Amino acid sequence: MPGVLLIAAASGEQLSPTTAELVGEGVRLSADLGGPVTALLAGTNIQGLAASLGGLGVDKVLLADSQTPTPPSPEWLLSVAEAAARQASPAAILLTHGAGGRDLGPSLAYRLETGIVTDATALRVEDGQLIITKPVFGGSAIAEFSVSSTPSVVTLRPRAFEVDQAPSPKEAQVEAIGPSAASDAIEVLEEIREQATGGPRLKDAKVIVSGGRGLGGPDNWHYVDELAQVLGAATGATRAVTDAGWVAPTLQVGLTGATVAPDLYITIGISGAVQHIAGISGARNVVAINRDGDANIFKYARFGVVGDWKQIVPAFTQRLKELRG
Amino acid sequence: MDIVVTVKQVPDPDIPPTHFKVDEAAKKVIPPAGVAPVMNGYDANALEAALRLKEQLGGKVTVVSLGPDAARDTLKRAIAMGADAAIHVNDPALNDADSTTTALALSAAIKTLDHFDLVLCGRQASDTDGGQVHLGVAQHLGLPAVSPVQKIDDASAESVTAERIVEDGYQRLKIKLPALLGVSSEMNEPRYPPLKGIMAAGRAQIPVLTAAELGLNEASPKVKLRRLYVETREARVELIQADSLEDAGKQLADKLREARLV
Repeated sequence: MPGVLLIAAASGEQLSPTTAELVGEGVRLSADLGGPVTALLAGTNIQGLAASLGGLGVDKVLLADSQTPTPPSPEWLLSVAEAAARQASPAAILLTHGAGGRDLGPSLAYRLETGIVTDATALRVEDGQLIITKPVFGGSAIAEFSVSSTPSVVTLRPRAFEVDQAPSPKEAQVEAIGPSAASDAIEVLEEIREQATGGPRLKDAKVIVSGGRGLGGPDNWHYVDELAQVLGAATGATRAVTDAGWVAPTLQVGLTGATVAPDLYITIGISGAVQHIAGISGARNVVAINRDGDANIFKYARFGVVGDWKQIVPAFTQRLKELRG
Repeated sequence: MDIVVTVKQVPDPDIPPTHFKVDEAAKKVIPPAGVAPVMNGYDANALEAALRLKEQLGGKVTVVSLGPDAARDTLKRAIAMGADAAIHVNDPALNDADSTTTALALSAAIKTLDHFDLVLCGRQASDTDGGQVHLGVAQHLGLPAVSPVQKIDDASAESVTAERIVEDGYQRLKIKLPALLGVSSEMNEPRYPPLKGIMAAGRAQIPVLTAAELGLNEASPKVKLRRLYVETREARVELIQADSLEDAGKQLADKLREARLV
């Protein structure tokens, strides 16, 4: 009964949305691979979360509470993850490709002397073999991998996998687990959460309005802000725009910025460089407003207008205001 | 402080999408003519961080790369930027190495050095987008690893204080040395090589190490690339055409409402 091991680094009272995606995919995968779904819940102040994992369909929860005032160190997490992996000896280990897994996953795989594929966007099982799909070259190409050793370790791109809306709840068996031998070489001094800046957070936003170099300059950025305000949207920008200092670097969407997956992604003056497209492959509906009809962004768009944004956007914003009035 | 920086030569990530081609049979990217490969962006950030630490604390910066003959250009650029020495791991047997083998080769090359306090790596490479080799190097060298790091606050002979990026913020960590950090682009803006550096790079002798010299046995890849392809995108865009662009803007809003997107 090999099964699937999920590693959820968590803290606080609520499971993160990405943990729900992780469980959804883990449960689905275990139906194909066979065996139980075990979840390692590791962090501070997490006891309350074990039951919610059962509610999502997890069979067994391994609970590792660091009992520290600050989040546990990467080395402590690696040590409990290794202990959990040795105990469950699963066919596959899944983590989230975010702060809780993008570095822990590879470290764990090397510790277990097995193979890993990071930032996966799809998983499937063919003839008992796990096939992992991930974008490479900044999203210009798609690669399919399999891991030739056991277990297969995979980190899942946030928001690329569906949360199971109707999970089969389980009475999850809960068991405490501790680190095997964690070194004290890394000390977490503090964790600083940045204050939300009014609008919705870029990474979680359902609607995003993004501006590119085509806007001409920082003086025109208010057009992006106004449109975003009408739609209750977050704002984003290309690297060219953040590099030029028109807006804060935190707004950058793309390979070296945020990866987003909104329902609606509206671009103004964005040509669609690979670097930018890499961050929006999860966007469900892209709207392109650009002067150049041959711009790459139109290949990814569902709706588009070719022309000077200065004439299009004010009328677009005004009409949306009326519609949403 | 003696610092090792791992660098990888990658296809220029700014290749226009129209020039990006894949040989599906060989499962390889076809390098576009006339576009020279470059140093991986995050590796350049790691090198810049190393050079600034050296300027502050003294010591030596050594760059290590695994790659074919052409990778020498990237090592030369690192020397031009200010690195003191370079090691080139070059062996046809390692040309298609997976991340496990790459991590093993780089760590074996680093072990040939007499001394180091800190290993700095880019958080990931822009070709494979894996972000895993540096963590493998840390495991092989038995070093604590922190990644991705956006800032190094404080560094001494015994420890560094660094900021690790997490969701919506960062953690401040104190890390005992020797250690390995995965550097992110937030950390700095890599310098352009000064003329003096370019001349030094021209003269530099870069030692080459082979798999046998590093004591690497037959590689046993753990991950198999089964398929590499470019998603064919047929433009399915619905272009809004109207008498005026203002009108098109209005109609676009109506379309989005119709599609229940707003």
